[in-house]
Amino acid sequence: MRLSHAWLALQAIAGREIAKFVRQGGRFASALVRPLLWLVVFAAGFQNVFGVSIIPPYDTYIPYQVYIVPGLLGMVLLFNGMQSSLAMVYDREMGMMRLLLTAPLPRSFLLFAKLLAGTLLSVLQAYVFLVIAWLFGVEVPWSGWLYALPVVVLSGMMLGALGLLLSVQVRQLENFAGTMNFVIFPMFFVSPALYPLWKLEESGAAVVHLVAQWNPFTHAVEAIRFALYGQLAATSLAIVAGCLVAFFTLAVRGYDPQRGMLRRTGGKPA
Amino acid sequence: MNDRMKIESEVSRSTPSTKEAVLLDLADVRKSYGAREALRGVSLAVGRGEFVALLGPNGAGKSTLFQLLTGLFNADGGRIEVCGHDIRKDPVAALAHIGVVFQQSTLDLDLGVAANLRFHAALHGLGGARARERVADALARLGLTERAGDPVRELSGGNRRKVELARALVHEPAVLLMDEATVGLDPASRRQLLDEVLALRARGVGVLWATHLVDEAEAADRVIVLHRGQILAEGRPQELAAQVGTASLADAFLQMTGGSGERAD
Repeated sequence: MRLSHAWLALQAIAGREIAKFVRQGGRFASALVRPLLWLVVFAAGFQNVFGVSIIPPYDTYIPYQVYIVPGLLGMVLLFNGMQSSLAMVYDREMGMMRLLLTAPLPRSFLLFAKLLAGTLLSVLQAYVFLVIAWLFGVEVPWSGWLYALPVVVLSGMMLGALGLLLSVQVRQLENFAGTMNFVIFPMFFVSPALYPLWKLEESGAAVVHLVAQWNPFTHAVEAIRFALYGQLAATSLAIVAGCLVAFFTLAVRGYDPQRGMLRRTGGKPA
Repeated sequence: MNDRMKIESEVSRSTPSTKEAVLLDLADVRKSYGAREALRGVSLAVGRGEFVALLGPNGAGKSTLFQLLTGLFNADGGRIEVCGHDIRKDPVAALAHIGVVFQQSTLDLDLGVAANLRFHAALHGLGGARARERVADALARLGLTERAGDPVRELSGGNRRKVELARALVHEPAVLLMDEATVGLDPASRRQLLDEVLALRARGVGVLWATHLVDEAEAADRVIVLHRGQILAEGRPQELAAQVGTASLADAFLQMTGGSGERAD
């Protein structure tokens, strides 16, 4: 694989992804409205219900709005990652995927380019959300914007790779509703996105607390939360990186011509 | 076993026998889906500047064969070489020499005609002025220069297929694979597309044209009849009719395949 060839292909794949995103203006709007509703409406309503005590990385009492910003950043990444997977399923059904997979480049690279392109959009949306949150008076330290960047990128890639993996499993477009119910919502709710996990422990929901520990999204949110305050959540970050490698490897296996999903779904020779 | 079959098929071939002239070489290719055998030992070759029609009813295994040729699946057995590159061991090198027009359209309808071709060029490592030149050439060859900026969505079915053909030629492949490319086209567009592809022979391109339409196969240098995953006959269109003892290739085809297509799954 020549480097210039790989670079050209990456640009083309990312360019197509971005052009598609720009054409679908509604997708951008809904990607931002969703977390904004949580921030403005939900957080306002619950501000006094949840007393958030001082826990790392915070060094003072914080309003609830501030608490949920990392979780909502995670939500943006999660939704976009899943949306990219929906696009992959669509591409596969419309044949675009075949065109991509017959390009003279290693398949793993082509999938990686897809993943990078999706992540680029995720990160862009996450930062636009930060700007909007700031406009609504929900502030995180300015240095945090910079520290969080690599963590947001890594988390976006991990959730995108999960989407890629799901695209191997999801057979039809309709099943995306199932993905929402069985992947997005559980991952989001069983995580520290909306409340600190010790609250679960305190209220005796030991099983949920345990499940949350095993939720990769939990670690993405925590890694982002600490990074926003200039701190390194090494364990969470390592788990996010590990999950990225695992999800991507499994997704590539899924597209392997020897045993992959193409073999199974392509059983129709007509 | 493999070798013996290889030799037999080599003998029966009317292709140029020198190794370099063979662009696409299949030997005893097999593929099953569960218990169903889609391909049961297919051997064939396409030479430089040769137009080979792969004629078979629906369900004969044509699409399976194309999926193997484009590296979407691996064969269970046998060997596929493109310009000497084994598609399994070195898929990247093999794919670089292949141009494909799939049965199902793979154009981005929202992009312009030239933009679709540039996307393809980039996937094949062509960028900048070189890509622009190749794209312009490919469009000019098919008389699409004036449509270069139009969104593909606005094009007729016939022109969309031409765009796909132009795109498949952008990277100047040695082998062109056409998978039932005329499906859904009116007779005039069908003929036009066929003529465009026939003309590629002069440039040395080897073409494998899958179809279930006998009239398309009649234009070929060589016809390979595929039925239920096996090659039933191979030869020049006139020769085939003579072999079976019928007046025309159409009659020969009907007789060989039992008059009806297999279940169209």
